[in-house]
Amino acid sequence: MKASQWTALGLTGALAVTLAACAPNGEGNGGDGGTGGNGASGGDSLSILIASSGPAEAGYYQEAAARFTEQTGTEVEIVVANDLIQQLGQGFAGNNPPDLFYLPWDQFETYASQGFLEPYAGELANAGDFLPALVEQFSYQDEFYCAPKDFSTLGLQINTEAWEAAGLTDADVPTTWDDLATVAASLTDGDQVGLSMGREYARVGVFMNQAGGQLVDGDTVTADTADNAAGLEYLQGLIADGSLVFPPDLEAGWGGEAFGLGRAAMVVEGPWINGAMANDFPDREFISVELPAGPGGPSTYSFATCWGMPIDSDTRDSAMEFVEFVTTPEEQLLAAEAFGVIPSTSAGADSYASQFPENAAFVAGVDYAVSPVAFAGAAAAVSEFNTELENIANASPSALLASLQTNLQSALDSARG
Amino acid sequence: MSTTRASARPRRGGGIRRGEARAGYLFIAPAVIIAAVFLLIPIALAFWVSLSDWNGFQSPLNPRVNFVGADNYAAITTEDGLAQRNFGRAVRNNLYYVLLVVPLQTALSLFLAVQVNRAVLKGRGFFRTAFYFPSVTSSVAIVIVFQFLFLGTGAVNQVLRAFGAQGPNWLNDSRGVLHIVYGAFGADTAPSALADGGALGISWWEWLAGPSVAMTVLIILAIFTTSGTFMLLFLAALQNIGSEIDEAALMDGAKPLRKFFSITLPMLRPTLFTVLTLGLIGSWQVFDQIYVLGGGASILTPAYLSYETSFNEFRWGQGAAIAFILFVFIIVLTLLQRWILRERSPKKRGFAQRAAARNLSEGGIR
Repeated sequence: MKASQWTALGLTGALAVTLAACAPNGEGNGGDGGTGGNGASGGDSLSILIASSGPAEAGYYQEAAARFTEQTGTEVEIVVANDLIQQLGQGFAGNNPPDLFYLPWDQFETYASQGFLEPYAGELANAGDFLPALVEQFSYQDEFYCAPKDFSTLGLQINTEAWEAAGLTDADVPTTWDDLATVAASLTDGDQVGLSMGREYARVGVFMNQAGGQLVDGDTVTADTADNAAGLEYLQGLIADGSLVFPPDLEAGWGGEAFGLGRAAMVVEGPWINGAMANDFPDREFISVELPAGPGGPSTYSFATCWGMPIDSDTRDSAMEFVEFVTTPEEQLLAAEAFGVIPSTSAGADSYASQFPENAAFVAGVDYAVSPVAFAGAAAAVSEFNTELENIANASPSALLASLQTNLQSALDSARG
Repeated sequence: MSTTRASARPRRGGGIRRGEARAGYLFIAPAVIIAAVFLLIPIALAFWVSLSDWNGFQSPLNPRVNFVGADNYAAITTEDGLAQRNFGRAVRNNLYYVLLVVPLQTALSLFLAVQVNRAVLKGRGFFRTAFYFPSVTSSVAIVIVFQFLFLGTGAVNQVLRAFGAQGPNWLNDSRGVLHIVYGAFGADTAPSALADGGALGISWWEWLAGPSVAMTVLIILAIFTTSGTFMLLFLAALQNIGSEIDEAALMDGAKPLRKFFSITLPMLRPTLFTVLTLGLIGSWQVFDQIYVLGGGASILTPAYLSYETSFNEFRWGQGAAIAFILFVFIIVLTLLQRWILRERSPKKRGFAQRAAARNLSEGGIR
């Protein structure tokens, strides 16, 4: 009798302790994992979670945070994530998200649709300065949620040494699909293929768009159209000619590595290629040009990261101040100098293009860039498509697209559901 | 201390052992609380998550979370779709992984243990350390080393080339090993009987694909890293077998092979059970290798799928459901294995074993 009472008491106590720990406590206090900010005190300090591409990026934000603290008196703690998405997931599940965080384009809609995000961006003092394509990318149901930090677009990188060796000149820089097929064929010889790029939706999809296709039109998935198939057929033609080979078959981890090793004379990559070449292949001389236009006109993808803010954040005002601070043209140019990203504001992007003419092609691309499909739940359908692209050389485009159509439509239905 | 308790006891009245139960519960309370906080409550909470539509925002017990019944389980097992197909693939991959890893690692570790247990072996300490070494190294580090070894132009393929064979591009090769074998016999595409039917969203032909070439690398890796640990368990058990038993077998004229299968192996049965169980559990939960390699359909496993579904897609309910199905799998398979390895009464043994037992006992009497 007594014994069972003791047991009950013990178990109840344990349960109460655990439930109390699990229950929402209303006070987001700093980030997780030893960040130790005290957001509860109402905006005197910010904990900011970033994913750093390298020491340059983290270093820039440390310095920017120091300048911001000097200006406003708000303490800022920059936390560099090892695995951004996982750490964010933990933060949100523990009701303890960082006050401000990097949010990549492919996660944005998922976060917004799940109600994780504070739609603060429209209220920023400089909300009108951002590039329209980016504002669209970070809007969900017509509300501008998340201020773009910077962006990248895809361009075509050309190995100038190989280019000259093949007897090609500036006049030969491809502007159409036919040009691209011609130069890719003439650059292909022996150990070098003309063109390479990741065998994934984020590269292949550009060619589907250039053929005039798109994956989603409003509430309908339009993956299995003839235009999209035409994009895949064009790539299959290049593969059949031997002028397009994907990085795994070139013993390279990604397009940039194949390019740096000289196994591909042209690749489709973004501005990150500059840093990668400078670090790993400093001798590689190359130029970046805009992607050639297909029958449906020019098209490229823009990949952007924004400053996410958790919903009902206690530190909303000071976090907004920080976002305004780091998106001023001066700060954006400092960031561009430090780690080579393209500023997200019109003014910043323009001065960037004049200051770094070698990257002008990426800035030019933003005029016609579209965002890759990234609605909540699309990731699984896209990664299934990436898996099926392993057979792109032999599979029929309509079969590839039919399965993408099915998967994407069911994802869209449940996202809009 | 004990005297105060003893003198305090009678005051509460009752028998001489009256207060002992209470004291006992008090003593086990820390362990019970720790088990509850770290095991029972998380498991109960995870079970709730698997029945809910929690999206990973705030506590799973907050009022916006709805009970959805078995929807999450249905999505990965019975409803046609990507979630079901991915789960099917993950189970298929992991099934082949378990089928190859568990027997091979057990056999290899037993073989190594027997070898390093031999008194005649010179430098036993060196070999024991060398075989145990992969087990104490971080598996993440070993995966990265394997990534380099199994590059298309890596060391493994260089060696194969020296023998005139052309190795595959290991980790990037998603073809099923058995599909390659069927292909060698001219069966490149699925016969219609296998292409149409299927389970868990993938066709029988896909089920029969075998592990992908990429998965084979992970299988080799797992055998390489874990056999050292299990060798240690076998070694400890082998050293418990008294030398008089060996001598008795010798006197009976048992040859080494016969001695091993009729005497050593049966005496190792409890250890064998431990090793098989640990191996089975560990290989159904393979995660870190997949995580380091970044996932992908050809090496997807349920544990990794659960992680990806939860953290990247915010379908925590489905992720938890996968974890629970995996849990049931492991329990069922462990019970099955326990049943297979149960102690049988001598009557039910095979003729050879019976004969051996008779020989042995008669030998002992004589």
